[in-house]
Amino acid sequence: MSEHTYTPSSKFGKWFNDRLPLLTLGAHLSEYPTPKNLNYWWTFGGILTFCLVTQIVTGLVLAMHYVAHVDMAFDSIEHIMRDVNYGWLLRYIHSNGASMFFLAVYIHIFRALFYGSYKSPREVIWIIGMLIYILMMATAFMGYVLPWGQMSFWGATVITNLFSAIPFVGESITNWLWGGYSVDNPTLTRFFSLHYLFPFIILGLVILHIWALHVPGNNNPIGIDIKKPSKDTVPFHPYITIKDLFALLIFLIIFSGFIFFSPNILGHPDNYIEANPLVTPTHIVPEWYLLPFYAILRSVPDKLGGVILLFASIFILLALPWLDRSKVRSAVFRPIYKQFFWILIIDVLVLGYMGAMPAEGIYLLIARVGTIYYFLHFLVILPLLSSVEKTDPIPASISDPVLIR
Amino acid sequence: MDKGEKKTNRRDFLFTASYTVGAVGIGATIWPFIDQMNPDSSVKALATTEVDISQIEPGKSITVLWRGKPVFIKRRTEAEISEAQSVNLNELPHPEKDQDRVKKTEWLVMLGVCTHLGCVPLADKGEYNGWFCPCHGSHYDTSGRIRKGPAPVNMEIPKYEFVDNNTIKIG
Repeated sequence: MSEHTYTPSSKFGKWFNDRLPLLTLGAHLSEYPTPKNLNYWWTFGGILTFCLVTQIVTGLVLAMHYVAHVDMAFDSIEHIMRDVNYGWLLRYIHSNGASMFFLAVYIHIFRALFYGSYKSPREVIWIIGMLIYILMMATAFMGYVLPWGQMSFWGATVITNLFSAIPFVGESITNWLWGGYSVDNPTLTRFFSLHYLFPFIILGLVILHIWALHVPGNNNPIGIDIKKPSKDTVPFHPYITIKDLFALLIFLIIFSGFIFFSPNILGHPDNYIEANPLVTPTHIVPEWYLLPFYAILRSVPDKLGGVILLFASIFILLALPWLDRSKVRSAVFRPIYKQFFWILIIDVLVLGYMGAMPAEGIYLLIARVGTIYYFLHFLVILPLLSSVEKTDPIPASISDPVLIR
Repeated sequence: MDKGEKKTNRRDFLFTASYTVGAVGIGATIWPFIDQMNPDSSVKALATTEVDISQIEPGKSITVLWRGKPVFIKRRTEAEISEAQSVNLNELPHPEKDQDRVKKTEWLVMLGVCTHLGCVPLADKGEYNGWFCPCHGSHYDTSGRIRKGPAPVNMEIPKYEFVDNNTIKIG
């Protein structure tokens, strides 16, 4: 960003830019040299930015009508759905928007896994991204509690009770989280406060994520280092902006499909029953995007063990750049890793399915196998492959393979 | 040289002292922001509940709310009592005698909260005729002791007393 030679054309622009170089920043973002072979899997960064802004804007207006109190929260949601002008639309955008956000973030993460985008020199981008992902889960969880339905209440009870597994201080921590001896009004009001705050922390981290990205520049489908700017790059604007916009359009069609044709399909009918602390629903399931982790939690027949494995399955991702030491980034040139990548995807999908099923019999058995494999992939297979795998030759530039043919 | 060294030492002391006072000050400032999340006086004030148990038939139970949590008050049948008392303690993940969990053998008063992750177990279900937690599959016996599943300990017995033959005070 430093070696910019941009000078604004107008006199006022120059005066302002000398005092606050916003125009230089704008020029940097617009000229930013981008690998010319980026495929559509790379459009999800833009889509995710859109999702975050959508959640913030819809959340802001929903907060104007929502009441964070155990006696009124459930009714205020129905008030939004029935009385508030376009309230149904805003709430459906917000609730389905969370799902679309996670859909996009999972594609974004698996894209990074396939093309090795977490490897040197992009470890910090990866770690910031993972922090964003963890905050997203916390935000989504707290948001799901706000309607104060049965799933809200019991989901909150189960998740906050995870902390009670901590030896000695567990109970004090859960009481502190609850502000009482169970999930109740103090819990609801603090969740609302934090649910409002976290998206702005995420926004800050997103800015750091992009900043960190702009230091080494984008990775690309063949995962090689490229000279910037060169014949291998195109300026971000208009080439990438227009591609991102097209992808966003397709994404919005799917998003709208959910909002207008099946707004409740990703939710749970039990959450349209008001919270009742005396009755637990017979089958508690979290939202779909947390199911694989839920399956891991339930696959361990020990409380503390299950909680440790649940958190380990998330935090292990932070260490990924040091678990996979292979110098070759892109799976395109890693014939064996490529296969394990797809097995991991299947493993996570299977875990997700098991998380939605009752924890018994064959489901439990499959969840256990899936859990073991998940950790095997990161702790054994990846480090082993780094030294054992014979990778294919990498081209010297993006244009090379095309020109040879 | 000797003078200079002395000066540095005094400065070091001042730095350390300042950092220490600063850290204590920051800690003292942060504490109210953390402690405000702990249970407040109004929550603590609701700590006892009195329950009339005269209407409960043998084999039946009622559920009352205490501190936002369900409390099971079960009037156990002879069969259930003998089942609870005859268990070999070595078979229990969390060994507790039935006698230590009740004040009168007929009445079992306990927090209806699964010790795994806080769900409310269902009565008269599970493999041990006691309670079964639908969330993650913990089985409890007729004394509310964990027998099978992920829950680590028996269901908790709250502090309670018999005010008279028909009334229990919880808390």
